[in-house]
Amino acid sequence: MNINLTLIVQMLVFIILIWFTMKFVWPIILGAMEERSKKIAQGLAAAEQGEQALAQARERAEAIVREARDRASQIIDNAQHRANDLVEQAKGTASTEGQRLVAAAQQQIELEASRARESLRREVAQIAVQAASKLLQREIDPKAHADLISKLATQI
Amino acid sequence: MAAAENAPSAGEYILHHLTFLSNKTPHGIVDFSVINLDSVFFAVLLAAAFGGSFYLAARTATAGVPGKFQNFVELVVEFVDNQVKDTFHGSSKVIAPLALTIFCWVFLFNAMDLLPVDLLPALAHGAGIEHLKVVPTTDLNVTFGMSLTVFILIIYYSIKMKGLGGFIRELTLQPFTSKNVAVQAILVPINLLLELVTLFARPVSLALRLFGNLYAGEMIFLLLALLTLSSGFGGLATVGGWLGLIAQGVLGLAWAIFHILVITLQAFIFMVLTVVYLAMANEHH
Repeated sequence: MNINLTLIVQMLVFIILIWFTMKFVWPIILGAMEERSKKIAQGLAAAEQGEQALAQARERAEAIVREARDRASQIIDNAQHRANDLVEQAKGTASTEGQRLVAAAQQQIELEASRARESLRREVAQIAVQAASKLLQREIDPKAHADLISKLATQI
Repeated sequence: MAAAENAPSAGEYILHHLTFLSNKTPHGIVDFSVINLDSVFFAVLLAAAFGGSFYLAARTATAGVPGKFQNFVELVVEFVDNQVKDTFHGSSKVIAPLALTIFCWVFLFNAMDLLPVDLLPALAHGAGIEHLKVVPTTDLNVTFGMSLTVFILIIYYSIKMKGLGGFIRELTLQPFTSKNVAVQAILVPINLLLELVTLFARPVSLALRLFGNLYAGEMIFLLLALLTLSSGFGGLATVGGWLGLIAQGVLGLAWAIFHILVITLQAFIFMVLTVVYLAMANEHH
């Protein structure tokens, strides 16, 4: 066991190996590891962001659905109101029309009745004049007695 | 195991395993004309294995879904990165890669200890190589080579962060301080001595701890191998030979399993202490 040139050679090899590790091994491997951890951190951040975005989107979707439901029920309400109004209106028109028709029919009836009464009166007056002329055995001038006849007719 | 005939003695066997493959026989404690070829070979081989595989992982690394190997590499890198971040609060482009290099490289060095002690030496013997020490961290040159590099970085960071004056002040004006200038002047050499011992104890302890643990581990494997050394294949004819074989198998397995812990732990300790020392060098007191 002695100290010899091996010592110097070993130091040189050692220094060269340190230099080699420092230059070609350490920074590259550590760089890859750091880059990976950065990537993972980014991935996790992105995942969290995505989750947040998803939650927000879900909230927004819920709000939209709620609004749509509100509007739909409003529209249904309006439609019902409108339908009721229409029915009411139609009912109103129908009843006035009916009344109008009834009134017109009554007027017609009255007109017909008065017309019938008029003609009946005239016939009765004629019959009465004929009967009277027969009774008197002579012709009564209907013109001369028109006054009388119309008075009679109104009395019947 | 060596064949029963011309089997080496226990002492020869262990000494053979503790001898490096060198360009020439060393003389004395320090001899810079000698180089341990086996240590350098395995150090470079394992450096290439670590650097190559991690470079491959880095080249094909994606920020998307990682492959299995990339996953493993990222696991190691993240583990080291956390360790460094826990201890070192400054900003440095060197310290984290340095820690990763130390951890992986020392781990691979130590893991060579789990190969059967005679496997690679026997193969080398077949190829005509007489000696082969497989575990580079059982070579003081290797562990000191690393710890001295760390030591240089400690000095560099100390001077870079505090300035030369700041570094000298830190070495001389603590831990003992006095408001009296004369007393402080007396305290300076004491402080310097204490701080220098602390400073130099760091690389020495780093290197010796790693070396000692792995050396002891390898020694245990060698001692367990001695159980069947003398008998060889011929020992299978005797009860004692079988007992030795079973004992070596069971004990070797137990020690190897325990050694997995030692291997990882020593690599981890070397890395953490390096980071701690550099963090201390980086901080103002």
